[in-house]
Amino acid sequence: MSEKRRLIDLAHARSGDKGNHANVAVLAYTPEGYAWLRDHLTADVVARFFAPLGPTRVVRFEAPNVLGLNFLLENVLAGGASRSLRTDTQGKTLASALLTAELPLDEQP
Amino acid sequence: MTSVRIGNGCGFWGDNLDAPIFLARDGRLDYLTLEYLAELTMSILALQKQRDPDAGFATDFLDVLGRLLPFLEQQPRLRIITNAGGMNPYACARRARDILAQAGLAQRRVAVVSGDDLLPRLDDLLRQGHGFTNLDTGAPLAEVRDRVVSANAYLGARPIVEALRLGADVVVTGRVADASLTVAPAVHEYAWPWDDWPRLAGATVAGHLIECGAQATGGLWCRWDEVADPAGVGYPFVDLAEDGSFTLGKPDGSGGAVNVETVAEQLLYEVADPAAYVTPDVVADFTSVAVRQTGVDRVQVGPATGRPATDTYKVSIAYRDGYQASGTLVVFGPRAIDKARRCGAILLERLRRVGVEPQRHLVEILGAGACVPGVVREVPEPVEVVLRVAVHDSRRAVVERFTKEFAPLVTSGPPGVTGYTTGRPAVREVFAYWPALIDKGVVAPRVELLS
Repeated sequence: MSEKRRLIDLAHARSGDKGNHANVAVLAYTPEGYAWLRDHLTADVVARFFAPLGPTRVVRFEAPNVLGLNFLLENVLAGGASRSLRTDTQGKTLASALLTAELPLDEQP
Repeated sequence: MTSVRIGNGCGFWGDNLDAPIFLARDGRLDYLTLEYLAELTMSILALQKQRDPDAGFATDFLDVLGRLLPFLEQQPRLRIITNAGGMNPYACARRARDILAQAGLAQRRVAVVSGDDLLPRLDDLLRQGHGFTNLDTGAPLAEVRDRVVSANAYLGARPIVEALRLGADVVVTGRVADASLTVAPAVHEYAWPWDDWPRLAGATVAGHLIECGAQATGGLWCRWDEVADPAGVGYPFVDLAEDGSFTLGKPDGSGGAVNVETVAEQLLYEVADPAAYVTPDVVADFTSVAVRQTGVDRVQVGPATGRPATDTYKVSIAYRDGYQASGTLVVFGPRAIDKARRCGAILLERLRRVGVEPQRHLVEILGAGACVPGVVREVPEPVEVVLRVAVHDSRRAVVERFTKEFAPLVTSGPPGVTGYTTGRPAVREVFAYWPALIDKGVVAPRVELLS
């Protein structure tokens, strides 16, 4: 089994809403970290991490100028700012949540 | 002129009321922008205007303008651009004009940008074949047409530039794209042609970075514990150069932080594809800009690339979607999570037995990972949690009845339940969001200089 790396040691992040979608931007602290994250923090990994929130699709975009990977999580906000019953209607906390991840992710039990 | 300085002193309606004052006082600005309109603010303003034809705009702006008067007097070149007009930019602008006149500043001209409000034309446009198809779901607007309360196109920078060209010192708009508040003064100062996509893209990056106020200057920064004097956080300005590049900073002596990390985080905030950020003015490539620290609390953002603007405006539509309420109780002591869950179950069961079953409900245990339900797999047992129950129903009476079920739990539930001193939760009407597109050709922005 490969050694685990904590995302919070490699990157900072910010998240917000776009209607019922959310985006989570993950920005590496170093070019080496960015290269590692490009390989290990895939759209599939992020989709698995947030699976309990039920995103219908996760798309990853690259912003190498800021060592950033931007994830669009579609339909993840249970209705979004207007309709969601959740406390976090706007996905403000998704970035902080993702930074707690250890990569590679454990398989689901 | 080597650069034009544009600062943003307000990121949303509800933002810090003192920030624009401090920014105007200390920022040595050429332009102050103030952004008040979130996606659903317009629906609230639309209902206010229905009740009162002189209401329906962001009233905070008038208070801010009153406090800005001394700085407008001292800084004759300072101009203000704001979308505070909301659903009623004329009423807002007339009040702004009166405030200036009463202060002896009648020579400062106020202009109104309107034409974004499509509601009066909605049925005509539908008949002409504009479907306002929901961008997210593909559904036709006909499904909710009878419940629509507002429909506004996001206008671009052009009508604001026209207002500045007419000599306006204060420009009050309805719905415009947030970044366009910054693009407009740059275009006005440098006379960029409307197909200079790289420069328009650069100014769009600048506008995007400052539109949320303190989020560019230390707010939300992951190293939150390294922010100097967060209570005195300075709001951002950009020194925009002729080539569309700029330096982002904040007033000297203010709190906060401007560095590559704060700027990079904000660059991607609420963005989908960063290589194609679509505004009415341009399709900007956020991945094209170099970001580097050039001084203490100064970050330079290099020239951008951009592609031609699309031939549509985005339209933000809001429609009535029933009622919601949420209430909380604090639950303390051993097995706090279990106790809170039990309280939530009791509450819903009591409602069920009297025939009150909301169409949607949610029980959250704050303190146990409720912000991202199911994502946090191992939660240490907290000393206390907050029980939050929220419901949604198309019938107001059902939601009203729900709000009366919290207090009884203080005496009839488990021990250690408290935090109920603020009265029954409020019922709020829900306005759902319907994003769509409209051909630019059928929207006619209007500019008028008030006399």
